Amino acid sequence: MAINWFKYSSPTTFYALAGKMVPVFAWPAGLLLAVGLYIGFFVAPTDAIQSEAYRIFFIHVPISILSMFIYLIMAGYAALGLVFNTRLSSMMAQALAPTGALFAFVALWTGALWGKPMWGAWWVWDARLTSELILLFLYLGFIALHSSIDDPRRADRASALLAIVGSVNVPIIYFSVKWWNTLHQGSTIKFSGSSMHISMQQATFAVLAACWLYAIAMSLARVRSIILERERNSKWVSELPEVSR
Amino acid sequence: MRKLSLFGLLFLVIRRDLLLAMRRRSDVLTTLFFFVMVVSLFPLGVGPEPDMLRKMAGGVVWVSALLASMLSLARMFSADYLDGTLEQMMLSPQSLSVLVLGKIVAHWMSSGLPLVLIAPVLGLQFGMPVQALWALMLALLLGTPVLSMMGAIGAALTLGLRGGGVLVSLLVLPLCIPVLIFGSGAIQAVSSGMSAASNLALLGAFLLLALVFTPFITAQALKISME
Repeated sequence: MAINWFKYSSPTTFYALAGKMVPVFAWPAGLLLAVGLYIGFFVAPTDAIQSEAYRIFFIHVPISILSMFIYLIMAGYAALGLVFNTRLSSMMAQALAPTGALFAFVALWTGALWGKPMWGAWWVWDARLTSELILLFLYLGFIALHSSIDDPRRADRASALLAIVGSVNVPIIYFSVKWWNTLHQGSTIKFSGSSMHISMQQATFAVLAACWLYAIAMSLARVRSIILERERNSKWVSELPEVSR
Repeated sequence: MRKLSLFGLLFLVIRRDLLLAMRRRSDVLTTLFFFVMVVSLFPLGVGPEPDMLRKMAGGVVWVSALLASMLSLARMFSADYLDGTLEQMMLSPQSLSVLVLGKIVAHWMSSGLPLVLIAPVLGLQFGMPVQALWALMLALLLGTPVLSMMGAIGAALTLGLRGGGVLVSLLVLPLCIPVLIFGSGAIQAVSSGMSAASNLALLGAFLLLALVFTPFITAQALKISME
């Protein structure tokens, strides 16, 4: 039996599939977030040095990780769209950008809230903070370029090129810890055993999974809107029950 | 039609663009005056203490150079785009990447090189020591071409868009931050008695990387914008 691998690469079929998938990702995201935050705020022990203030770690770190990952995924989708000329890939890239920008912003915000009690300052000009800020600028540049071009095909391709060029910046963020001598602490989760308590790990990974699922659910919901907007003149859209009603 | 050698094409485009820049001298001078003016605004803004100014000088000159090069980016392709020359260039059976490289080099020679040459004078205004002035010039000499090359990508992507001038700064400035960091780092290293070699080497590495990749990327961006 031949399987049609490209069945869901067309916006028409993917629209319905995405509609079914959104709740599948959204509900576990809410559940895992609740579990992770409960463990993080009530079960995990108080830190010896940072006392209670360290608990923002459970929000700050997963969101920061995701804000960088989403950029790479977005650039990957944009590159797919540019190389293979697949419309849906470019739509996914466009749908991921606002979520990524939101995560980068929240990462900076929670970082500032954490920095005040720890370093005594809302903002420190170290490499990690600055790189995260640059990442936010890159997201905003992508969104701004896309929205200022009226022709959607040209907008897709132009912003795809920008995303690929910008993705050079993401490794710089990662290696900035080694390149510059900074105030920011190095990674706590190491592959050779961790220095964290087990409940702290549980909380971190639960929130991390919740952020992943949230990002997937949000981008799927957003890509549905983008499909509807771009295909508004096609027949299948006008036959949809939620549109024809 | 005769097919030019790559270097022949490169020199032809550089010569043409420089000639055009010379015919419109006010554009070149505007960028230069903007640079001088922004640098001169900083002492008025933060106060005339010589110690503080000496510490700030490198960063101030670099930020101003960054802004000045953004100002001139809109000119890189727009005139040729508006009168149709760019379309003819893209139809010609020559390498578009080399053509773009020629335009970038000419743009740098008419907007970046004047900044490099005037920068030591501005450094003296800020009381920089002589060794730091050399580091400043070298760093600018290595760094400003990178600004032109990164800027070319942005200029090509925003070709013919409304509000393109502001948009191009928004796109290009974040990508230029590494150049700013190492460029002003070189001057700070010399001012604090260390060698600027590592910073200059990194700037040189950026220059080579940009030289290899940006003409091709800019050519792709032009194709996207012109289709």
